Amino acid sequence: MPKLSVNGRPVEVPAGAMVSAAVALSGESRFRRSVTGEPRAPLCGMGICFECRVTIDGRQHAKSCQIPCEEGMEVRTDA
Amino acid sequence: MPDVAVIGAGPAGLAAAARAIDSGASVAMVDDNPRPGGQIWRASAYPKPWLREKVEVISGARVFAAPEPSVLALETFHGERRLEYKHLILATGARERFLPFPGWTLPNVMGAGGLQALVKSGLPIKDKRVAVAGSGPLLLAVAKHLRDHGARILLIAEQTSSPALLGFGVGLIAKPAKAIQAIGLRAGLLGVPYLTGCWPISAQGSEKLQSVTFRRGTRTFTKTCDYLACGFGLVPNLELASLFACNMSATGVAVDEYQQSSTPGVYCAGEITGIGGLDLALAEGEIAGFAAAGKPEAARRLFATRDSHRKFADALESAFAPRAELRSLASETTFVCRCEDVTLGHVRQCSNWREAKLHTRCGMGPCQGRVCGPAVEFILGWKPESVRPPVFAARIGSLTGTEKRR
Amino acid sequence: MRTSYDVAIAGGGIVGASCAAECAAAGLSVFVAEPNVIGGGATAAGMGHLVVMDDSPAQIALTNYSRNLWIDLAPQLPADVEYLKAGTVWVAADAEEMAEVERKRAVYESIGVRAEVLDARALAEAEPNLRRGLAGALRVPDDAVVYPPCAARYLLDCARKRGAEIHVGMAARELARGVMKLSDGSKIAAGIAINASGAWAPELTPGIEVRKRKGHLVITDRYPGWVRHQLVELGYLKSAHSISTDSVAFNVQPRKTGQLLIGSSRQYGAEHASIDAYMLTRMLDRALEYMPGLAGISAIRSWTGFRAATPDKLPLIGPCDADPRLYLATGHEGLGITTSLATGKLVADQILRRATAIPFEPYLPDRKHEEHSHA
Repeated sequence: MPKLSVNGRPVEVPAGAMVSAAVALSGESRFRRSVTGEPRAPLCGMGICFECRVTIDGRQHAKSCQIPCEEGMEVRTDA
Repeated sequence: MPDVAVIGAGPAGLAAAARAIDSGASVAMVDDNPRPGGQIWRASAYPKPWLREKVEVISGARVFAAPEPSVLALETFHGERRLEYKHLILATGARERFLPFPGWTLPNVMGAGGLQALVKSGLPIKDKRVAVAGSGPLLLAVAKHLRDHGARILLIAEQTSSPALLGFGVGLIAKPAKAIQAIGLRAGLLGVPYLTGCWPISAQGSEKLQSVTFRRGTRTFTKTCDYLACGFGLVPNLELASLFACNMSATGVAVDEYQQSSTPGVYCAGEITGIGGLDLALAEGEIAGFAAAGKPEAARRLFATRDSHRKFADALESAFAPRAELRSLASETTFVCRCEDVTLGHVRQCSNWREAKLHTRCGMGPCQGRVCGPAVEFILGWKPESVRPPVFAARIGSLTGTEKRR
Repeated sequence: MRTSYDVAIAGGGIVGASCAAECAAAGLSVFVAEPNVIGGGATAAGMGHLVVMDDSPAQIALTNYSRNLWIDLAPQLPADVEYLKAGTVWVAADAEEMAEVERKRAVYESIGVRAEVLDARALAEAEPNLRRGLAGALRVPDDAVVYPPCAARYLLDCARKRGAEIHVGMAARELARGVMKLSDGSKIAAGIAINASGAWAPELTPGIEVRKRKGHLVITDRYPGWVRHQLVELGYLKSAHSISTDSVAFNVQPRKTGQLLIGSSRQYGAEHASIDAYMLTRMLDRALEYMPGLAGISAIRSWTGFRAATPDKLPLIGPCDADPRLYLATGHEGLGITTSLATGKLVADQILRRATAIPFEPYLPDRKHEEHSHA
């Protein structure tokens, strides 16, 4: 059960979970802000729509729906 | 170097790999998901141990370019690599068709397959109120899966009207296995209203979804819910096939009876030859696997099965086709391009896709038109433009590759 | 559609649009034929960099004049033109290039263009993502960046407001002696006909010395603040100079959207619009040499375009000796966006026999070709 942090909050996820699940489990419903500032969250669940992008360990534009959680990851949503 | 590279580890790709292995070929598979099985149908039809032992499976990898003949360029979360091969089987599957309506960009409005995928990725859904909407048998499969994970399914809104479905049902009688499957799905969803001729017209909420308004005939009604799982059918992922200059048919990549495309050495199987569902994908995959591995006689033995599944699939696609009213769901101020926040009203001022891209930036975002393209095609009738590498967003370091080529 | 106009223009790119706007503003009746999409040729493919380029006295004069026109126009430009006063930073990798920096600075100073020398530390502060070890740079703060297709559309809108007719989906098939023949078979008479069809200009006016010079570009996802100025290596001039070999140069632009636009490459004799993988790789490798951090940046699209190149690297602006009613407004190579506004002025001025703000002779289509040396 990997432990990681989302916006500074510790989250524990089931083994094999994607980062998108970690963000949802942390209570955050907004993954990013659109170009005009709307809140956005995953749409397609399969790496096509780019709405699930978050910053993982400093790397921007990471598609959380297809990236498995790893122990110690630092995830930041677009605040 | 593998004899056969299979792109996509969904049902068609797995079937192709299995048959190619059976035929004595060496096989490598590339799949963008962390685990094989597919995006939409997520079949576990094939036992996995043979996969790990006999096939080089490159998971979490996207093909973004074909820089040289018989070479693919792939990117993973951590790096990039090249893959050389002799024969290629593209089984890149399908994605959902999203049609815009007011409120569709709210968090927790997702695709039907989208919400299913996210739940499989660990999204907790227990006790959440979910409305399922859109078009196609996928809605039933998704509703059942979500319910099995503890979701409260409020309704399934199927845009297709009852008469159209009845017509389709008559076709089902010719396919008893399918009928039983359908009945089984329905039985598993006892108590969930299945409303035909019904579709969402708006979603409400401020920071996230709170409720959805549906239309059915002359009535509208609103349901409070936590998630809307909404997808209006499937569209094939043709970008890689386009990169290989494969000719297209009305439904997808044009292939001969051995699943060979117009580009020598490139085979295509599954949804990319035309949306057709699981059984057809398996049959096409097997034929492609045999053919690519040089066993045409084994491939031929499956032609009749495939052709029968194809007929059924065509009837299905036709029955569930999105209806004309769905073209008017989006208002002039509804975003049709989510990457660049471009409204339908702005796009409509242009006369073709290229003009819309250049002047409104619709389709110029990272999804490269995969979400807005099918919507614009459905609403305005514009066909998308040709495809250039990278066919998926890729890091610049991946584009240049670790070995510099001159 | 009428049967005759004062001015008929072939090409709805930014140069044709500028000519239309200036002629219409002067009260002339204007007809524009654009076969495909407004601003859909090199206008769409290029970088939209507004820059004073000092390759030759005539080039400095034209780019400086035109850049000032852009600066004056900027407050009126709509938001989708994305005018961004990013400035240019000419990057020097070594002492030899720093000497070039000093030379450039003096040239700019002599014509009243603000420019400041940045030493290595100042450069690192101005652009933290450039690699360490560069010698310094020249910063030209009043250079800017625009999104050209929308600029072309804006200029055509201005023309339209003054009565110009813009016909999209119509191509000029012939253009000579005061007549424009169109793709639908119709003909219009024009006091003056203008060939502003860029890389395709020789098809309409055979024999003019305009050749296609292919370029590649890559655009990234949004990384606001990653690059602040348009960054160009001083070797860019070597690349633009070469008239026969394929070349690449480091050239990165920040867009108002936060996306990075990465160029540049030049090829002669390449007729296909498809991506040349080896050129793209060379171009990106060059960019990585200056900004190694680009390796982790997500590229979302690549494309190519055809610049219209002339032997002496100056555009063709003005009447043809053999047919004084035929004007050319083409051959702008990599400076079409910058010099579009000045081109429109020079064309309108010559048609109306008004005094021009700068000498127009160096750009006349039938000028004598001089061997070009970097002063």
